[in-house]
Amino acid sequence: MTSTPASAPPAKPHTDPNAPVEHFSYDNKIVWMFVIATLVFGFVAMLVGVLVALQIFSPAMNLDTPYTTFGRTRPLHTNAAIFAFVGNLVFAGIYYSLQRLLKARLFSDTLSRIHFWGWQLIILSAAITLPLGITTSKEYAELEWPIDIAIALVWVVFGINMIGTILKRRVRHMYVAIWFYIATFATVAVLHIVNSIELPIAALKSYSMYSGVQDALVQWWYGHNAVAFFLTTPFLGLMYYYLPKAANRPVYSYRLSIVHFWSLVFIYIWAGPHHLLYSSLPDWAQSLGVVFSIMLIAPSWGGMLNGLLTLRGAWDRVREDPVLKFLVVAVTAYGMATFEGPMLSTKTINSIAHFTDWIPAHVHVGTLGWNGFMIFVILYWMIPRLFGTQLYSKRLANAHFWIGTLGILLWVIPMYFSGFTQGLMWKEFDADGYLVYNNFLETTLQILPLHHVRALGGTLYLVGLIVMIYNVVKTVKQGKLVANEPDSYPALQHNLTPDGKYAWHRVLERRPVQFMVLSVVAILIGTVIEMMPTFLIESNVPTIASVQPYTPLELEGRDIYMREGCYNCHSQWVRPFRNETVRYGEYSKAGEFVYDHPFLWGSRRTGPDLHRLGGKYLDSWHYNHMYDPTLTSQGSVMPRYKWLHENKLDVALLPNKIAAMRTLGVPYEAGYERKAEEDLWQQAKAIKLRLDKELSTEGNAVQVPMDTEIIALIAYLQRLGTDIKAVPPAGQKAEIGKSLSSK
Amino acid sequence: MEVIFILIGFSLLIAMIFLAAFVWNVRSGQYEDTDTPPIRMLFDDTENPES
Repeated sequence: MTSTPASAPPAKPHTDPNAPVEHFSYDNKIVWMFVIATLVFGFVAMLVGVLVALQIFSPAMNLDTPYTTFGRTRPLHTNAAIFAFVGNLVFAGIYYSLQRLLKARLFSDTLSRIHFWGWQLIILSAAITLPLGITTSKEYAELEWPIDIAIALVWVVFGINMIGTILKRRVRHMYVAIWFYIATFATVAVLHIVNSIELPIAALKSYSMYSGVQDALVQWWYGHNAVAFFLTTPFLGLMYYYLPKAANRPVYSYRLSIVHFWSLVFIYIWAGPHHLLYSSLPDWAQSLGVVFSIMLIAPSWGGMLNGLLTLRGAWDRVREDPVLKFLVVAVTAYGMATFEGPMLSTKTINSIAHFTDWIPAHVHVGTLGWNGFMIFVILYWMIPRLFGTQLYSKRLANAHFWIGTLGILLWVIPMYFSGFTQGLMWKEFDADGYLVYNNFLETTLQILPLHHVRALGGTLYLVGLIVMIYNVVKTVKQGKLVANEPDSYPALQHNLTPDGKYAWHRVLERRPVQFMVLSVVAILIGTVIEMMPTFLIESNVPTIASVQPYTPLELEGRDIYMREGCYNCHSQWVRPFRNETVRYGEYSKAGEFVYDHPFLWGSRRTGPDLHRLGGKYLDSWHYNHMYDPTLTSQGSVMPRYKWLHENKLDVALLPNKIAAMRTLGVPYEAGYERKAEEDLWQQAKAIKLRLDKELSTEGNAVQVPMDTEIIALIAYLQRLGTDIKAVPPAGQKAEIGKSLSSK
Repeated sequence: MEVIFILIGFSLLIAMIFLAAFVWNVRSGQYEDTDTPPIRMLFDDTENPES
């Protein structure tokens, strides 16, 4: 509070009076392009969000097509929200602020355009492939390998453009926001590459290089850090630029912002294992994740308080200024989410909250409150400046604020109740030691009214966005885009070497193409080196004697399970709690997943866990259940998968799949790919005959076709979690336990 | 669980990069002055000098 802006030196204090003043312009056009993309994809992401929210309680909202069913639309929603809506805004916000903080035009207009169009093409390909069921099934990294490569390349273009701009800067000091941007670039590049290492088996199909518990660890190392470095660090950087700008006050403590940055980036990367508490991940790794997660509260709250305290002396303006209103809620939501995160990472709370609606509630405080509202702050503040005008209507912006805030509350509060309710219902035993809610479906039906309110909240949030889009269109119409905004600033002297020549990077920055080629080569070399160890580790995959590779039919069934996105609602991970072992069976062991490329543990139980599903029901039960879940489970909210009963099973890729799995360390014998199809049809026929028998009634002999996808899916579902039971009873079990604990 | 060593390796790699950047920051005098930068960034508006 003692720092007084008034006593500070005037505007351009560090300049050398002898330095030549250079004239240049800022590229506003690229910022505006990214803004348009933000608005368009924000609308799409939220519309799909409302659609998936409706499907939770009204499965008919899947419109009876595979393309719009929850398992495919939910990844579409998350990808659109994170990478299209938030991603485009991050680029817009960074490109606007970076130029002004550094007093330099972006490094290369060409790279800016490649970046923009490349990113939009990636989004387009995601919008096409995800509804088609083309997915790797790893959450927030569902896109298949060619798109993964495109993401890496476009990301590198972004990085070169940013670093190039930094190299030709005219302000020597790099404001703290820029460090958040750099961390975003560097870390996301590494995360994306490490998590996306997969073995392609066809143009749009691949298997994760890692298996089972290892794949789970890599995925959540990525998943957590994607939240950290795609949804958090860029927004903290943007906060440090746009908050002081909007409040017209310097950040409360610049020193704190520096401490905030360095402590945050050093701690965040270790917290990933908190997504795998009570799984078969080694205990010490779980504990490591917990410790770092709890530590994270310090830097997170340092940043949150720094943001709020920046508004000191400006609180009166919060009343009228919608931008500041959004800011206050955004920063508060950040504080809430980052308090909740460490709390959820403790084993005690995690045991109740995990797999329930508490997690999406937590996530949406962050995305709707923090990311969404920060996005609105930036857009309301920046767009009038891009067009040299004022905001069309403050009243509409205020209306947007209240609609959006109400939307968030109606979204998250019911989900907290829902999470608690379901989490506790799962655990409830009666006096005689039986599960009170033995039928899982009861616990899902109990929370449906809360899901109605949630869908209303999401719809309100979308309405708020539409109000903003109208306001933006009106604002834009009353101004004119300042595509190239002129500015002037003294040259930075250190760019010249003592003998008057340009420093090395001054030379490089004049050759953007060469610079880019060099960087891509460097990244490729890095990638090859990175991949070496993953090839080495296969030989060390731990195995349980009775755990066998999937049969060809089960493998195909598993791919259908992934295609339909079953893992979005069903986990395959029984935790070592009494209520779970009573409900599902033996808890999951690491050795059971060694042939799972990728792992399919899931993260949410809208439906029950499936890891011990095998052998629990008749084949015909699955057959009917997948055709219409209400036939077997009254009131079920699971969508119908009728197309599985019609689609012919495509086995064209089977030889490739077997060969790829062998490459990844699954012990199919050499040459098995030639025999695999024969085995597949043999198993399919056995299932078909069982189905015929079970489904036939007197006088009505049923003939089920054996070449449909449902047969493969049944084969997979009936296999799930059964291998461990195949162990001869005497003494074997203890040995499995021993071999697992020694790992 | 060999993969954890790879992850730790990459995490350390990232941490090292940040550490190097931090050392560079301090050495090159980026943090000598923590008063001017937060004020200076407020004044870079060419077309909208509100203050």
